[in-house]
Amino acid sequence: MEILVCIKQVPGTTEVNIDEETGSLIRDGIDSKMNPYDLYALESALRLKQKTDARISVLTMGPPQAKAIIAESYMMGVDTGYILTDRALAGADCLATAYALSQSIQKIGMPDLIICGKQTTDGDTAQVGPKVAELLSIPHVTNVTRIKNIDAKGIVVEADLPGEVQVVELPYPALVTVEKDIFQPRLPSYRLKLQTTDRKVTTFRLKDLADQDPAHYGLSGSPTQVVRIFPPETEHESEIITGDTVVLTEKLHDMLSKWKFV
Amino acid sequence: MKEIIIHQEKAQNPAGLVELCPFGAIEYQEQQLSISAACKMCGLCVKNGPPGVFEAVEERVEKIDKDQWQGIAIYIQHSHGEIHPVSFELIGKARELAAKIDHPVYALFIGSEIREKVNELGCYGVDKIFVYDQPELAQFRVEPYAAVFEDFINAVKPSTVLVGGTTVGRSLAPRVAARFRTGLTADCTFLDLQPNTDLDQIRPAFGGNIMAHIRTTNSRPQFATVRYKIFSAPQEAAEVTSEMVFRTVAPEKLVSRVKVIGTHVKEAVEHLEDADVIIVAGRGVKKEGDMEMIQALADRLGAQIAGTRPLIEAGWVDPRRQIGLSGRTVSPKLIVTCGVSGAVQFTAGMGGAEHIVAINTDPNAAIFKTAHIGLVGDMYEIIPQLLERLENEPAKALICKPVLAVEEA
Repeated sequence: MEILVCIKQVPGTTEVNIDEETGSLIRDGIDSKMNPYDLYALESALRLKQKTDARISVLTMGPPQAKAIIAESYMMGVDTGYILTDRALAGADCLATAYALSQSIQKIGMPDLIICGKQTTDGDTAQVGPKVAELLSIPHVTNVTRIKNIDAKGIVVEADLPGEVQVVELPYPALVTVEKDIFQPRLPSYRLKLQTTDRKVTTFRLKDLADQDPAHYGLSGSPTQVVRIFPPETEHESEIITGDTVVLTEKLHDMLSKWKFV
Repeated sequence: MKEIIIHQEKAQNPAGLVELCPFGAIEYQEQQLSISAACKMCGLCVKNGPPGVFEAVEERVEKIDKDQWQGIAIYIQHSHGEIHPVSFELIGKARELAAKIDHPVYALFIGSEIREKVNELGCYGVDKIFVYDQPELAQFRVEPYAAVFEDFINAVKPSTVLVGGTTVGRSLAPRVAARFRTGLTADCTFLDLQPNTDLDQIRPAFGGNIMAHIRTTNSRPQFATVRYKIFSAPQEAAEVTSEMVFRTVAPEKLVSRVKVIGTHVKEAVEHLEDADVIIVAGRGVKKEGDMEMIQALADRLGAQIAGTRPLIEAGWVDPRRQIGLSGRTVSPKLIVTCGVSGAVQFTAGMGGAEHIVAINTDPNAAIFKTAHIGLVGDMYEIIPQLLERLENEPAKALICKPVLAVEEA
């Protein structure tokens, strides 16, 4: 059985500011890491590997530096890694990203199960997983909180819906996105690090995909366009109180009394 | 839409131009400048670079005819006929937007045995309600629901589609938007319409530290999801004003490979959204054991505890108790934030609170821009002192119903 996990490299911190004069992003260094939500997807795949004889691949799209997260996933127990990197992918929105990933997945060969994290910490949209499933014409279930059963034909999962939990049976091929608390992710292993230092990462470029029309990728293939970015504004009357703890506590107490909470 | 090309000969100091790109996408190797796959097409190199070195070349794209797409459609979220309040909030917003460009407002209501709920929905000023009431649609499964959505869009051709950002909405909307190869913007906190029907969508991005203004300029319908409690629901009218349109989709199109084996109610949890008082723990909490102090304050105020993302990620607070755009949106009577810095990703989830008190040692913390009362001080001193002071006072009969009792009822 083949399991593919989609992963993404994200900024190491979300502390991003904007230079108000130039409108440019100010980022401290180029610190980056694996999207934390993807760790849960990886852990889910690795747990399934223990139960079945699954082979686990990871796929990422991004700059060549994103190979670092593939190396990290090798240290967790992943077998194979693929990176899609091409300048033509620049400026991709969720749809163009999902399209590029779906093209790469067809190039790799359709796995039995695709697992994605709930969302990323930079875009926060949670849209790429369902879009990949649509573009591959396979069913999907999002917000999976529990994997109840897995066998050669399919998987049974619990999904979080508003007001209820749905227990769903999915035949392969299928895509699931997993919630944060599904499993506790393992740490990269030093032993695996040594074993996988030389393990290959397969690089795909646009010319390797079935659809090579640049108009379908990157900014050209993105129906949404960013008009501008700006710092969040707050326009609020607020009373700021400074002083020693006695003053602050007194003020807090007075306000709580005034509002009738104590 | 565009491409950035480099005119190498115009660069006076090519090595220095590498610094122009905040994403590190400009490279200088073997006397040649190049742009790598890290490029986000932000255009800053064109704007801030020396004239003529970086040029954005526009590509000619055939423009769609936006007049073919009319109306603003709301997807009605419900659980076995019980309509989720976010649906009414979106109707309110849709009516406001539609009035600007004189478009109709539509509602899409998908399910099984939902006809008796249609009249309830008809009192909110929607022009036409499209009802798909078929036994195959009893349970939410993404494939049949997407098939119905597709039928609706092909039949009605709405210009804009708004979907509530619940787990169902965030599963269905991307599936349908991808089918139409059109734009979908997640978790919008502001919506407006251009005269040319382009939807102005603003959402927090990059961990909420910046806001992004997004438009879907050349595809229709334009999709957006909006979280619960961002907009306000309109008043319910005394009578039904909506026209009802009953449609069906051929059962063979409603087959799904997904089989729902069963459903069960979620384990009883106190819903954060129902709390009247919430104490929020932020990164200022130094260790897990200190949550006891937060709990003591919560107990004294009859409050529920919530957390910001770092504390959820640390595992100190239940993930269902996260406030913010990737968690819950709350509007309690009182919220007290303890050691919360106040990133917009968080504050967007609590802006509706009646009273906001913030305790933070950093006078420059962003939370003080949102708070009504900002205490620049150490919660490790203030909370124990307050509790000590309150020890001698009888507990106030809570103006709020204890949330636990509500849950048990």
